Amino acid sequence: MRAYTPKDDVQAKAYYTDRFYVAPQVPKQDVENDEVFAADLAAIKAKFEVSDAYIQVSNMVVYINAKDIYGVLELMRDELDYTQLSEMSAIDWLAKDNTFEIFYQMLSMKKRKRIRVKYFIENGQAVDSVEKLFRCADWSEREMFDMFGIEANNHPFMKRILMPYDWQGNPLLKTYPLEGDEFAAWYEVDKIFGKEARDIIGPEIRDTARVDRYDSERFARLGFEVPKGTEITDDMPRTEQKYQEDDGVFLIKKYDKESSVIVDDPQR
Amino acid sequence: MAQVKNRLTPFFENITFDREDNELILNFGPQHPSAHGQLRLMLHLQQEQIVKAHPDVGYLHRGMEKMAENMIYNEFMPTTDRMDYIASSSNNYGFALAVEKLIGLEVPRRAKVIRMMLLEINRLMSHLFWLATTALDIGAMTVFLFAFREREYLMDIIEGYCGARLTHAAIRIGGVPLDIQDNFIIQLKTFLDKLPANIKDYEDLLDTNRIWLMRMEEVGVISTEMALSWGCTGPMLRASGVAWDIRKEEPYELYDEVEFNVPFSDKGDNFARYRIYMQEMRETAKILYQTIEMYETCVANNETALMAHAPQYISAPKIDIMTQNYSLMQHFVLVTQGMRPPVGEVYVPTESPKGELGFFINSQGGPYPYRLKLRAPSFWHTGILTDLLPGHYIPDVVSIIGTTNIVFGEVDR
Repeated sequence: MRAYTPKDDVQAKAYYTDRFYVAPQVPKQDVENDEVFAADLAAIKAKFEVSDAYIQVSNMVVYINAKDIYGVLELMRDELDYTQLSEMSAIDWLAKDNTFEIFYQMLSMKKRKRIRVKYFIENGQAVDSVEKLFRCADWSEREMFDMFGIEANNHPFMKRILMPYDWQGNPLLKTYPLEGDEFAAWYEVDKIFGKEARDIIGPEIRDTARVDRYDSERFARLGFEVPKGTEITDDMPRTEQKYQEDDGVFLIKKYDKESSVIVDDPQR
Repeated sequence: MAQVKNRLTPFFENITFDREDNELILNFGPQHPSAHGQLRLMLHLQQEQIVKAHPDVGYLHRGMEKMAENMIYNEFMPTTDRMDYIASSSNNYGFALAVEKLIGLEVPRRAKVIRMMLLEINRLMSHLFWLATTALDIGAMTVFLFAFREREYLMDIIEGYCGARLTHAAIRIGGVPLDIQDNFIIQLKTFLDKLPANIKDYEDLLDTNRIWLMRMEEVGVISTEMALSWGCTGPMLRASGVAWDIRKEEPYELYDEVEFNVPFSDKGDNFARYRIYMQEMRETAKILYQTIEMYETCVANNETALMAHAPQYISAPKIDIMTQNYSLMQHFVLVTQGMRPPVGEVYVPTESPKGELGFFINSQGGPYPYRLKLRAPSFWHTGILTDLLPGHYIPDVVSIIGTTNIVFGEVDR
């Protein structure tokens, strides 16, 4: 039977994968291999439920319950010396089992160790804000809300941060379209001038390298310059334009293309 | 086109009419020249004193994390240039290192040395740019001209290496694409020999300058707790009393083999940050001299490899591709389909000129990263303005934004 692929995932996909390809795994070590991590994990386990823990690429990953996050980070900050929250965000697993995976990247400068605290939440569930513990979570949680639509309880200012306030949709969801549709393409024109102006304005030209040699309105026709709005015919003579006053400017030497020297040794 | 009546309703974003007190809301940016790009600050003022600050970002948001999820790993490399575009090789490097850690690659020594040279040149470029623009904001035009002159030399050296001045894309996953050019070391040495005199010039202009001191000393004081809580890293954190440099504490590349100091201060004000940038330039020069020696040892030992040997992930050298059938096939697959790193997760921090630049990659074994999170230092260095600005006066805003050294390519990503 064919493997099921979620139809609403619009992300780029590998166009060919070998039938017998088995992806290798990044090795995971047991937490017991590192005594600092083992002690930290024991301290967390004493108070909170830990569903999984391992070391991967020198970071310890700890899976906890969503409701414990504030307590765990408080414990880590106050008792285990993990004084900085480097980063936090979410991973979209909606297509797989309708959950988000939230991660908090913690740093202990005293121990020179990094721990990643993780948990899963259901789609639509809110997380507990840790802004009271780490001020930087103020912006991180706003970014997460902006990008995934995950709200944080007790957050002082739960608004979008990178996208405009009136934006629809959450860009980092796998279902978020990669290109705009007709509505998006004409949004500004419709809003400011009305739909009837679409024909007058015409579609936006996205080709930045496009040069229309018959257009004397918008484009400087380098080497063939004419006054703005001139009708262009096919055989226009070359007109070298010099952008400097004829007598030069006071105290400034007049630039002359012919008599200038190109310096090719930058250290001169 | 004929004039069409505009359907937008007028509004006055700078004025509020429904307040009884004297509070004025000032809209600073996003087009203000000292906003260093696209920062918008909404400042609540009592007379000239700020009582509340609300930084508004996102004007340069290009959705890099989304782009990364839809690009093969090598394809994303030039996009990272556009994060911290003042020191773009350090972004390239952060991404390359994260993917290498994910795969478990060891990079050849010569490539490591070249990478370190590029990284430190980028650090110098970034610090010189910081000094130039901050000094200009404060009104020291001469320093701006001096520092840009020196930065120009470095840009020429980099241009000689990779052809680009600003967006380098000079580092590849698994190594570097090219050996340094013939006159690279001569040019670099010429520059480094001049650098101490140049730094002394800046310091002579600034260190005892009355205006500079008044604008810098005791302005924008960040306490250690505040810096830690706001996720500050790099010079911002070191100026607040924490001597934390990832190159020293969690060494990558060959930073454990070079000797350098980590300047730090417990003052936490603008002036402390300025001193740290100046000191770091000296330390960087020290590292660069050592990397030149390391490079010469590599040449003497005939270590020529520039890319790691991992046929599953990295294309073979050009000579092999042109002569060996299997290398050509491998190269074709890697270019068209992309490499497929193992299933797993990695968070790799590096010390970029601005602070801790981290790449979090979640790979599901496909040619596209499943999730890529960019931890850009400037994001929180902008956020801290919320708590830092209240209590200061309007002119201080400019000097504080200057010393936080934020770059909006990185804040908005």
